[in-house]
Amino acid sequence: MLRQIALVPLLPLAGAAILLLFGKRLARVSGYLATLLVAGSFVVSLTVLSGLAKLPGDQRLVVRHLFGWMAAGGFNVSVDFRIDPLSVMMILVVTGVGALIHWYAIGYMADDERKGRFFAYLNLFVFSMLLLVLAGNFLVMYAGWELVGLCSYLLIAFYFTRPSAAAAGKKAFLVTRIGDLGMLIGLFAVSHVFHSLDFGTVFGAAAQHPAPHFWATAIPLLLFCGAVGKSAQIPLYVWLPDAMEGPTPVSALIHAATMVTAGVYLVARAHVLFEASHVSGIVVAAIGVATVVFAASMALTEDDIKRVLAYSTISQLGYMFVGVGVGALYAAPEAYEAGMFHLVTHAFFKALLFLAAGSVMHAMHDTTDMKQMGGLLKKLPVTGTVFVIGGLALSGIPPFAGFFSKDAILGQAWVHGDKLLWALGIFGAFLTAFYIGRQIFLTFFGESRVPPEIHPHEAPRSMTIPLIALAGLATLGGFLGLGESSSTLYRWLDPVFTAPQGSFTPAVLKPGLGLSAAAVAVGLVGLILAYTFYLAPGATERRQRITTPLAPLRELLKRKYYVDEIYGAVIVAPALALANAAAAFDTHVIDGAVMGVGKLVGGGAQVLRRIQSGLVRRYVMTMLGGIVLVVAIFLIQVH
Amino acid sequence: MRVPGAAYLIVSAILFTTGAVGVLVRRNVLVMFMCIELMLNAVNLSFVTLGRMMHALDGQVAVFFVLVVAAAEVVVGLAIIVAIFRRRASADADQINLLKW
Repeated sequence: MLRQIALVPLLPLAGAAILLLFGKRLARVSGYLATLLVAGSFVVSLTVLSGLAKLPGDQRLVVRHLFGWMAAGGFNVSVDFRIDPLSVMMILVVTGVGALIHWYAIGYMADDERKGRFFAYLNLFVFSMLLLVLAGNFLVMYAGWELVGLCSYLLIAFYFTRPSAAAAGKKAFLVTRIGDLGMLIGLFAVSHVFHSLDFGTVFGAAAQHPAPHFWATAIPLLLFCGAVGKSAQIPLYVWLPDAMEGPTPVSALIHAATMVTAGVYLVARAHVLFEASHVSGIVVAAIGVATVVFAASMALTEDDIKRVLAYSTISQLGYMFVGVGVGALYAAPEAYEAGMFHLVTHAFFKALLFLAAGSVMHAMHDTTDMKQMGGLLKKLPVTGTVFVIGGLALSGIPPFAGFFSKDAILGQAWVHGDKLLWALGIFGAFLTAFYIGRQIFLTFFGESRVPPEIHPHEAPRSMTIPLIALAGLATLGGFLGLGESSSTLYRWLDPVFTAPQGSFTPAVLKPGLGLSAAAVAVGLVGLILAYTFYLAPGATERRQRITTPLAPLRELLKRKYYVDEIYGAVIVAPALALANAAAAFDTHVIDGAVMGVGKLVGGGAQVLRRIQSGLVRRYVMTMLGGIVLVVAIFLIQVH
Repeated sequence: MRVPGAAYLIVSAILFTTGAVGVLVRRNVLVMFMCIELMLNAVNLSFVTLGRMMHALDGQVAVFFVLVVAAAEVVVGLAIIVAIFRRRASADADQINLLKW
């Protein structure tokens, strides 16, 4: 049953193959082809959803074996797809949001002559992401994990003739590789401890016989390294802001809606391993909440329309980690579900914000500086409206999607007694509301600061329709999880996160309405503050009065806490010095030894070749002398 | 009259020395070649003599090998000499020094 699952990743893969081979010839239809294939994949995913929903709740786990991959002694890996509520939710998000973004990209990339190649990469990315979420064992997942990293690299550096884009692609690839290395070691550890990489085997074994203490802590932390890199958390978040060099649909698809959530998915998928160790839950939640506040604070002073959203993405991913971290800490299904809920709503509203920002850039001839915008709502009514909807969803104003999910995460932190997590999360929510309010007011309201030579115009229909669709999702998406533990999404995910043996079911804890009211109040205060400082009459003077005493703080934020500089000095510079030293050692010592041997032989030959006079009679003489010598020695020995 | 074996060996030695000196002092390739033949035949003579003195056939068998090798060597050697002579109209060994450094 559910045989059609193989089609889900295969359709985008076919698209990628066709477009990589014939991309130039098919350039004009490439966008339509890629979009149709991803949309087809979405339709197949819907049939998978209905097929899985027909099963009783506790049987909603189907493992489809595709083929054996490698077998070496006792080590067997096969390509299996694990179809359960979690993976189905993920493939729906990936293909659904992915299809809308593909559609949008048709209009956005219309004038690009390399769009065949662009859609090939985009389809390849969707395939890789589907492989990642459908994988039935750690190794196939890791393959998908690295493939999305590759696609991310290719698409960030899509305009590779621009040095900054090429550097950003390289940075993204290298920084995430650091995390991936930890994850790879984690995979070795899993294989060492559980003698298998299959999810079912490993999780079953881990739930029944917990690993020895050291491994129980080491494995989740190592796996979490990969999540930190891929999901851009402290300390490996530095690549994501630079990744905005890629085309905007890429930022929306890869760096907001899907790939960066792979880390959250990993924690949710391997939640049994994370629950085995108290430390890992604390680490996940702590890194998550630290990232929430840290990234949000950097978004406050950013003037680049896409980079604000990039910091916002980092910060929102932090919320998701708070959710799954609290889940791991207290083995609380609702907390995992809150994290996954936020993953879904965030995919909706952040893809919307990015695509709307792309539409603004499209109208502004690729200007990204918000200081040159302002008053764009009149020129771009559709884009502006949907951006405001996305902003309200982000800042957690009901009834937009972000409110429900962020509230659910913070509520889980509160009811489990982590008041500090809750307080930092609320503070992050305040910062979030402020920076997105600032962005909205700077871009769409107030006086126009648009340079006179630019005449902004609304995007074509192919771009606005996906925007409107995403705006609808960002408005209504929250109702998927309304009522939390009794909601559709939570009940759907329950079989994944409730303990399989069913012996321990934690009491369902419900956060009160007061908490939600506090969250909304904080969001409103943030928006109002942004209004008073950026839009209200006299905002400029008020801003100056505030920024003059706070100038050092402002400078610190503007320079991103000097993190790039610190990394440059502490990690990059020593690494470069080491590489240079190694290169020098190679040229001078190793090459020198090799060349020296060659020169020695050559020089010796220069001397010795003079023996070869070319005179036959001298050769004969030498020969005869040699014979006489040999015979003489022989005779002497005989006597 | 029975000639003592030592006399044959002395003749052989004289022949060999003549050949060796000839190879060393003459510059004409053809003459050098003939001197080599002389040396080979000197060796053949001592083979036969020693074989007879020891009442064994080994010496005569060895001579056949030498003859065969010498015949082959003459063929190749003369062919080289003819080729060189055609090219350079000279058979002076000292002028054939292409192999030198």
